[in-house]
Amino acid sequence: MFAIDYHDHGTPAPAAAGAPVTLEIDGQAISVPAGTSLMRAAALAGIAVPKLCATDTLNAFGSCRLCLVEIEGRKGYPASCTTLAEAGMKVHTQSQNLSRLRRGVIELYVSDHPLECATCAADGHCELQSMAAQVGVTESAYAPGAVHRPLEVDRSNPYFQFDPQLCIVCSRCVRACDDIQGTFALTVQGRGFDSKIVASQAQPFLQSECVSCGACVESCPTAALSEKSLTVGRPRTHAVTTTCAYCGVGCSLTAEVGGTSDAPQVVRMVPNRTGHANHGHACVKGRFAYGYAVHPDRQLKPLIRAHITDPWQEVSWEAAIAHAAREIRRIQARYGRDAVGGITSSRCTNEETFLVQKLVRAAFGTNNVDTCARVCHSPTGYGLKSTLGESAGTQAFTSVTEADVILVIGANPTDGHPVFASQMKRRLRQGAKLIVIDPRAIGLVRSPHIEADLHLQLRPGTNVAVLNALAHVIVTEGLTREPYVAERCEQPSYQRWKAFVSEARNAPEALAEVTGVAPELVRRAARLYATGGNGAIYYGLGVTEHSQGSTAVMALANLAMATGNLGREGVGVNPLRGQNNVQGSCDMGSFPHEFSGYRHVSDPQVRGLFEQAWGVSLDPEPGLRIPNMFEAALDGTFRGMYVQGEDFVQSDPDTHHVTSAMAAMECVIVQDLFLNETAKFAHVFLPGSSFLEKDGTFTNAERRISRIRRVMPPRAGYADWEVTMLLARALGYPMDYHHPSEIMDEIARLTPTFTAVSYEKLDRLGSIQWPCNEAAPEGTPTMHVGQFVRGKGRFFTTEYVPTSERVNGRFPLILTTGRILSQYNVGAQTRRTDNVVWHAEDVLEIHPHDAEARGIADGDWVGLTSRTGETVLRAQVSERIAPGVVYTTFHFPQTQANVVTTENSDWATNCPEYKVTAVQVVRITQAEAWRTRAAQERSAARPRDAAHA
Amino acid sequence: MQTSALDQEHDVRRILAQYKDRPGPLLEVLHAVQGAFGFIPPQAIGPIAEGLNLSRAEVHGVITFYHYFRSTPPGRHVLKLCRAESCQAMGADALAAHAEARLGVSFHESTPEGHFSLEPVYCLGLCACSPALLLDGEPHGRVTPQRLDALLEEAEAGAGGGR
Repeated sequence: MFAIDYHDHGTPAPAAAGAPVTLEIDGQAISVPAGTSLMRAAALAGIAVPKLCATDTLNAFGSCRLCLVEIEGRKGYPASCTTLAEAGMKVHTQSQNLSRLRRGVIELYVSDHPLECATCAADGHCELQSMAAQVGVTESAYAPGAVHRPLEVDRSNPYFQFDPQLCIVCSRCVRACDDIQGTFALTVQGRGFDSKIVASQAQPFLQSECVSCGACVESCPTAALSEKSLTVGRPRTHAVTTTCAYCGVGCSLTAEVGGTSDAPQVVRMVPNRTGHANHGHACVKGRFAYGYAVHPDRQLKPLIRAHITDPWQEVSWEAAIAHAAREIRRIQARYGRDAVGGITSSRCTNEETFLVQKLVRAAFGTNNVDTCARVCHSPTGYGLKSTLGESAGTQAFTSVTEADVILVIGANPTDGHPVFASQMKRRLRQGAKLIVIDPRAIGLVRSPHIEADLHLQLRPGTNVAVLNALAHVIVTEGLTREPYVAERCEQPSYQRWKAFVSEARNAPEALAEVTGVAPELVRRAARLYATGGNGAIYYGLGVTEHSQGSTAVMALANLAMATGNLGREGVGVNPLRGQNNVQGSCDMGSFPHEFSGYRHVSDPQVRGLFEQAWGVSLDPEPGLRIPNMFEAALDGTFRGMYVQGEDFVQSDPDTHHVTSAMAAMECVIVQDLFLNETAKFAHVFLPGSSFLEKDGTFTNAERRISRIRRVMPPRAGYADWEVTMLLARALGYPMDYHHPSEIMDEIARLTPTFTAVSYEKLDRLGSIQWPCNEAAPEGTPTMHVGQFVRGKGRFFTTEYVPTSERVNGRFPLILTTGRILSQYNVGAQTRRTDNVVWHAEDVLEIHPHDAEARGIADGDWVGLTSRTGETVLRAQVSERIAPGVVYTTFHFPQTQANVVTTENSDWATNCPEYKVTAVQVVRITQAEAWRTRAAQERSAARPRDAAHA
Repeated sequence: MQTSALDQEHDVRRILAQYKDRPGPLLEVLHAVQGAFGFIPPQAIGPIAEGLNLSRAEVHGVITFYHYFRSTPPGRHVLKLCRAESCQAMGADALAAHAEARLGVSFHESTPEGHFSLEPVYCLGLCACSPALLLDGEPHGRVTPQRLDALLEEAEAGAGGGR
């Protein structure tokens, strides 16, 4: 079915655009790159050739025979989708013969298609309907014969349905599933008249291999596959291009909007084909799971209370803001200026994040501002800044299309970053090699048509040891690229690093016992990465969320520098950022020691710039990090906090510790969509606004700044940036922005990597990868071209230090955590959508050996106990994880997986060690009783002494 | 003739081990599985897909594309009548009608008691002896309705199954 604002070119642009060729179509001369189909060339000339099986997200298929054309000097009627443009061709897309042929084709289609257009969800947007009208067919020309009716509609998927009666078997859905998504869940069953599109073994979609990405729905020309949200008589009136608010891929989406002008409603969400991050693809979250925005759980009225044990009291915005401001000032008057702080959110826009840190620094007068990136990618910022000079990934996502060897470590792209994973899988199907370093057999290790060449199934917590072993092999076997290093890196640091990694104790053989990885695998992986052509590293939280997270990031940068894999397409060190705007929140000066653009608060020149712009004097000392805020709260020196869009109590490690700290504060202001777990400890609740309710920008994992655009008015009355302004004004520091674009203008004025960014340019270009300034007015897809941002790349020696979290007789297993495709982080959004049909609870994956030793069967309730806490969940016996390791997700508050995680953290950035916790698992029969007891013990929890800082 | 699920699983694994490293092994695996069981049990599709690193949908698509591959057990005897041009010219249609009447089933069906399955086939390369058929893999030429009856009776009387 047609998107409402997109013109389809029929076939994709040629992969490698050749020299231009000039031809004539319907008398009109046009130049196109060699390799362009006639159909696409015609579309580019504004001539729409009729078509049904072609769409520009899929390679030409040539099955519907509707796009036939005539070429002067050639016999017959070639299909324009499969015929390539050649110089000098004279093509005719309209003639009497062509009309007759096309009418014949359409008459055949129509003879087996219910012509009940007026009651069909695709009415007005149906390609068959449109083609029939174009060729002048209104009814079947044939006597009633065999038809595919009646057939049952498959409504098993919560978001879309499959009505085989409307299907024309063009195979677009099958090809979309294979080529775009890479899941291969659909097929054509049977042949001839019996041909039918089915999922897996002719199963309902929900029970099939389908991952509900929606690519098939998008590609369907009729309403055979259609969103359930499309109903007859609910027209889509206009389209708004915006950016997905889930993961760090940052897909560009087009919201098709209906409803009334007073109450606009998103009717469906389609990925934007001109989106630079996603190229017309999306996943089950971005495409379908936006319903949380209108979920009845949304708290739309401000709330206050004196104590967290009191019931909430609904108040006006004015009262809530005034109360919050009074409390902040009261606490500051009593306990000092630094007794308060604020938390920016990686879920909010760049502009909102910038405002919160500005509020804290300028209005609160303290640098006590931090962000949830602390608990995910702070080691990325630190590690990449130290080695290469910039706190961000080095490539655009499209760079993967030129990678020859892909090294994935501590990331699970098919679940965590599905749209990028589809791009990566396409490259792997083209023959790129794959090395996976992960304790778990993630989807990429083996799935249809994808197989890792090497899977280094290391013990959690030994990344640095494995990376040192890889470096050892590369250096001692002479696989480094010496001329590259000599030209681009600091020699003394390189020599020190070489000597260090060459030491016998860093050999894969010496480290095998620690890492659990066979030395031969490490050697093969090192050789492959160093010598297999373009080597690209992709990593995630499995690298950063460790006591040596920053060390591991530096070790990755070392490997890339030593092998010359930085500074061009197809290579690089790429963090797969978790949240939609975690890159942006870091860029915007959310850390206590840095202004926007990663400039230290102690730098007088930078500080002067901000002091002048903001008209206040600023503290030259870095403020508190999140864990320090908790410690200070327990000490009694930190009493008030403004938290925008973050749910620490569920997301941060060692929940007992966090809740004790939260309970010790006098004023916690939570601004969120929902009364989340953290709001249980709040004194003021300010309703937040979803991404559909405001303007702004997000910055994705490839440094790409993309616009979000308001689709509906803020449901609670104010966008988040406006709420921050209200609070600022009440604190006596008025901010005067009329639109987020003005905030971006201020960011651009104050941030060297953003100086040429503006909303006008974003509208014009679609998106921009920073740095975007005079040197790079349209942005920078690939970083470190020619030289590193810091000048010479710097190697760091990366001594492996085992985590202090050890297994022993009492806690013999290692717990590591991760995510699943259908749910997102703490699940505040996805749990409030139909995505729960795929994952309704967190489960504990346990290896069959460990399960058997404990008498645990698949589906049993188990108790999970660590040194810090305990929780209950169901076991899933699985060989995806190695013996000795257990794995769970943290999407559900009932599970409280973080009750058991510890307060160990990265030495450099305090990023918590979520990925390694020593635990015991026991089978239990009385899950509820166990859970109640655990909860009681938790509530009796003591404010712990603050000896861990 | 019913093999246990466990035996089946074992056989599928053995077949996969034998063929999986050959280029484009799916058709060979399907032939071998059908050779072993007389059909391709739907529950074998998962292991076949897993073993060859394909999706279940792909395997299902290939199986259903070829009429030769069966998803249900065949009768004890399989009669394949050629319906291609030469045989048609020599009376295959009448022979087919006779076979359907005699067995009481249509093409692609098995007799209720599971004695016979009737399948069409398009050219056995026996055009010189049209009309031709295969009964339990054995070719027979110049088959008249009477000869067909005799063949079927013989098969029924014979001990055990053909295949």
